[in-house]
Amino acid sequence: MSEPNYRWPARDKRRVMGTRVNRIDGPAKVSGRGKYGSDINQPGMLFAALLTCPHAHARVRSVDIKEAQALKGVTAVEVMSGPGTVIQWAGTEVAAVAALTEEIARDAVRRIKVDYEVLSHAVKEEDLKAAGGRSKPAGEVLVGDPDDAFKKADVISEGEYGIPVLQHCCLEPHGQVVMWKGDTIEYWPSTQNVSGIGGDLAQSLSIPAANVHVRQDHVGGGFGSKFSADRWGVVAAKLSKASGGRPVKLFLDRRTELEIAGSRPSGFARIRLGARKDGTIIAWESQSWGTSGPGGGGVAATQLPYVFVNIPNKRVNHTGVITHTGPARAWRAPNHPQASFLTCCAIEDLAAKLNLDPLEVFDRNFQYTARPEVYRAQLRKAAELSEWEKLWHPRGQAGPGPVKRGLGIGVATWGGLGHASDCRTTIHPDGSVEVELGSQDLGTGTRTVIAMVAAETLGLSVGQIQVKIGDNRYPPSGGSGGSTTVGGVAVSTRKSTMNALQKLLEAVAPALGVSADQLEAVDGRIQVRGNPAKSLTWKAACQKLGVKPIVEMGRNDPKNPMGMISQGVGGIQIADVSVDVETGVVKLNRLVAVQDCGLIINPKTAESQVYGACIMSICGALFEERIMCQQTGRFLNADMEFYKLAGIDDIGEIIVHLDITPEHDARGVIGLGEPPVVPGIAAIANAVANAIGVRVPRVPLTPDRVLAALEGRRA
Amino acid sequence: MKRSKDPESQAQPKGLSRRGFIRGVGLSGGAVGLLHPEGEAAPAPAVLGPGPVPITLLVNGKPHKLEVEPRVTLLDALRDRLDLTGAKRVCDRGTCGACTVILGGKAVYACSVLAIDAQGKPIQTVEGINAGGRLHPVASAFVNQDALQCGFCTPGFVMAAKAFLDRNPNPTLEQVRKGLGGNLCRCGTYVGIRQAVLEAAKQMRGGARNV
Amino acid sequence: MQAFEYASPTTLKEALSLLGERWGEVDVLAGGTDLLSLMKDYVHTPKRVVNIKGIAELGGIRRTPAGLRIGATVTLDELLASPVVRTEYPSLWTAADGVRSPQIRNMGTVGGDLCQRPRCWYFRLGYGLLAQKDGTSLVVNGENKYHAIFGGGPAYFVSASSLGPALVALGAKVRLASASGARELSVEEFFVIPKSDAEREIALRPNEILTEILVPPATGVRNATYEVRHKEALDWPLATASVTLRMKGATVESARVVMGHVAPIPWVAREAERLLAGKTITEEVAEQAGKAAVAGARPLSQNGYKVRLAQVAVKRALLAAARGKA
Repeated sequence: MSEPNYRWPARDKRRVMGTRVNRIDGPAKVSGRGKYGSDINQPGMLFAALLTCPHAHARVRSVDIKEAQALKGVTAVEVMSGPGTVIQWAGTEVAAVAALTEEIARDAVRRIKVDYEVLSHAVKEEDLKAAGGRSKPAGEVLVGDPDDAFKKADVISEGEYGIPVLQHCCLEPHGQVVMWKGDTIEYWPSTQNVSGIGGDLAQSLSIPAANVHVRQDHVGGGFGSKFSADRWGVVAAKLSKASGGRPVKLFLDRRTELEIAGSRPSGFARIRLGARKDGTIIAWESQSWGTSGPGGGGVAATQLPYVFVNIPNKRVNHTGVITHTGPARAWRAPNHPQASFLTCCAIEDLAAKLNLDPLEVFDRNFQYTARPEVYRAQLRKAAELSEWEKLWHPRGQAGPGPVKRGLGIGVATWGGLGHASDCRTTIHPDGSVEVELGSQDLGTGTRTVIAMVAAETLGLSVGQIQVKIGDNRYPPSGGSGGSTTVGGVAVSTRKSTMNALQKLLEAVAPALGVSADQLEAVDGRIQVRGNPAKSLTWKAACQKLGVKPIVEMGRNDPKNPMGMISQGVGGIQIADVSVDVETGVVKLNRLVAVQDCGLIINPKTAESQVYGACIMSICGALFEERIMCQQTGRFLNADMEFYKLAGIDDIGEIIVHLDITPEHDARGVIGLGEPPVVPGIAAIANAVANAIGVRVPRVPLTPDRVLAALEGRRA
Repeated sequence: MKRSKDPESQAQPKGLSRRGFIRGVGLSGGAVGLLHPEGEAAPAPAVLGPGPVPITLLVNGKPHKLEVEPRVTLLDALRDRLDLTGAKRVCDRGTCGACTVILGGKAVYACSVLAIDAQGKPIQTVEGINAGGRLHPVASAFVNQDALQCGFCTPGFVMAAKAFLDRNPNPTLEQVRKGLGGNLCRCGTYVGIRQAVLEAAKQMRGGARNV
Repeated sequence: MQAFEYASPTTLKEALSLLGERWGEVDVLAGGTDLLSLMKDYVHTPKRVVNIKGIAELGGIRRTPAGLRIGATVTLDELLASPVVRTEYPSLWTAADGVRSPQIRNMGTVGGDLCQRPRCWYFRLGYGLLAQKDGTSLVVNGENKYHAIFGGGPAYFVSASSLGPALVALGAKVRLASASGARELSVEEFFVIPKSDAEREIALRPNEILTEILVPPATGVRNATYEVRHKEALDWPLATASVTLRMKGATVESARVVMGHVAPIPWVAREAERLLAGKTITEEVAEQAGKAAVAGARPLSQNGYKVRLAQVAVKRALLAAARGKA
């Protein structure tokens, strides 16, 4: 029997894919029944708490845990940063305690005495000049002859822009329940890497990866920060072992979560553009900098200019700044939102300087992008949906009154494809179907998409598919990062279910008196192609299997996507804001997102992804920033009160337009996790500049910064 | 500084009053006697703890007896002691709303209520309004409108929305936007939530007419 | 949270008998929206917590000949539901409505709003009320965008009270009970600027309970509050102003102008009050009053913008009051 011809059904033949399906884990989540790692309660479970370092830079001289150990109810204490350890950021874990209750564990933590030698620290990077020896220049990228091009330019536009360090702020903090009993570990983490995290933990504990059993039904947010077992996973396992194998629950408190469990690098840049009178850019020069904590980091020189990569003459420099702050982790579309913001602000400032409509300037420069026609079409669509023609005005000409309205543009790109993924499909003789993958659903709708692909292939309804994910005993699937999950699991599920169906058709063929290749699975039946009269119900067909279920695998090989998935999408967002120039308060009226995304399996959850990404951009543009104090070295707003996130009344109206066309569809499946989260901050920042007539150089666009820009001073 | 004239106060943690001291003795001597008047004096207020204290919580229509220290929050009691984990611990500082439950008919942050202080009033959790495998109209509208992603803020939002609709059965979009200002979402599900609350309002009004 | 003993008395007398003589020994629990956070962060580590919600006499809103009597444990939600508050004291109503979390409005009490501790991040991190390290203010040289522009130190936090400015502007009083009796203070006197970490930002004594608020009748006055908010959802305002105008026809006979979130106490803008006397509120007069209100501001390195916000808040509150009915 030959291998099935793996491909997606033709657009007009799809019955499940492309329809709007409610997420299948919705009922579990809305009813509180669904269990997240932090919801796991096991018999005899202990609670752990961490002692963290209040200093940004310090050497541990001694750690005295005696009093903690002596407290009644404490079962184990582990030192995580022993004498001699140099702490590089505040919030670093120094010791951990397991106890009968969380209250006792916290009491015990307070009894641990640590003597620190406090060292000098630096936690700021906004001012590159002040960084001195903490600067790590990454080397210059030089293309063409920028000096000559600037000489020939009709106009030179210069600007400085900045976007601070943001936090993932996953609502479910990092952590796990873990039970190390005998030589095996039962592990319930909060992770976006079900198949991989067990091996990570095992390596840190020097035990076989095979001995770690990972389970996770649901995860309360990851956004790129939850791939590894982390020090808290390792110490929780050790505490469990030291407590006779009792399960231990250790989840970070909110302050610690924000301080150490994930941030994204800042991005600052001075940018010069040389252009012709018509807005065509001929020269780019930038010096960018940023921090990702102790590693320097930030936007790589290769990431600027963003999207407009083929500007012919460029000089690009980037400097990472080392700070004593919690290290960065991957954050939805790493560095893209920063790069988009820096680039698109510079382009709109150029347009303003030339007194040109930015639509025209972006359009003219799309020639420098990988997909000019896609961007042009998207920009036209976004302009239409945002009523650009009616609402846009030249920068600063918003008319009288204290509330000024403005529009602005942001542009994005992202890769895609699919991670390695294996899927196992079991068709039982009673007709039930299991689809198993060691994957995870971050809220993106992965479970539902798997069910839809399986249902499509098998001619069943979504409800007839039992999707089993969240266990590392299922066939391995990649961690969810880089918008590669949907590509990976869709292909492995499609292949696995096609393979299984093939076996079923072979088993059924004799009964229907035709060869297997003349059969199809449609509407809950196995039938002779195009002939419902010659058919068996799904259940009757499966009964032909006797007692032996069909078990078939399917794999997505990232190196050979077989035309089922693709990469490289574009997106454009246009923001519409109102700014009260007396108070500097910015309100979002509308954010329009136009996004191409290949073949869409579930438009309902796909749209949710884009809505969510837009809202994250609104948070980043208007509210979020990590505020570090140089005197204390502390992250002052490591809470949810002053680390501000938009509420339900802070987001205006959001219009999502998924670019669903036969041409895009033919490219196959492309993930949507990252692309739509990229351009929103740029669009909002540009809209504010358009509204008030001056550039607010740094986001978030808080009243202090807006008023400072209006008054011509730096905030 | 003015100090208590009572000599017994010397034997205590600084400044605690005599009655508190007596209560403390009472507790170690048998706890239950605490609620009874002591001696000749007017009924003395009971001082409980700091050790575990028996309490009864009326959760989803059922009384639950448990022993907790006075410092244990309602949220931790529900999650850790009663395995009702629908209410989530996110900020744990009365800001994000993920722990929202309905106490005595009103939405509250369970992280900011002491369990011992939640006695005597009905406590409704997300599990309670969706009991028996039947989704409450609010919860069901959240599913229909895809008003959730990771889902960690969702139970809190569902409870806040239910409490909101109990008081505003026919809200405008504007009222919905203003009425759910005590909950935060990180994935960005607000667009769906707005629609879900409007849909649920319609459903619940329809349901009421049918009864 | 440190372990504590707990009492839930049903009479004020019992409650008073359970209080301590020094701050730090006993905390009074009402709504809990602030106290529990303070305890979780070990900023407060009381040995005893006295819950006063079970004391019936501390609840209720009642009209009396002396004005409106608001019990200390009246929740913000109950306050907002009061037709009297809504129609006669719109400045108070708007201030309560600015607490944009229904959950906090359901839990938080009027007394608790007045007694809540500052949100200064240095204070909450354990650097003390004055946020000093080695004798120098962390605020002055640090991150102070949300801090005070009035008061001149050494305290630079801003009063977190949402209702304080409106109550000061309305000339309200608080009643403070202790085992030895009760005293009354104006709300204005209730808020104080501490000079040391050992002091408090309110005049309450550790052996006292705030039992009620008395707001004078609103006859013949117009009042309004305006908040400059960064977020529409739950968030602390950046600056607010509450005004009460005693009117004679279209003319202001006397004015109270009080700004919030700009000083360690609700900040009375006396210059603005003087300027308004005898004037009719117009856009220009409101603008001038706003300027006068902030003339004495001494902003720190990062909070100069709040001068502007306070000025605008005063202007807009005055215009709102002028639009309202007397």
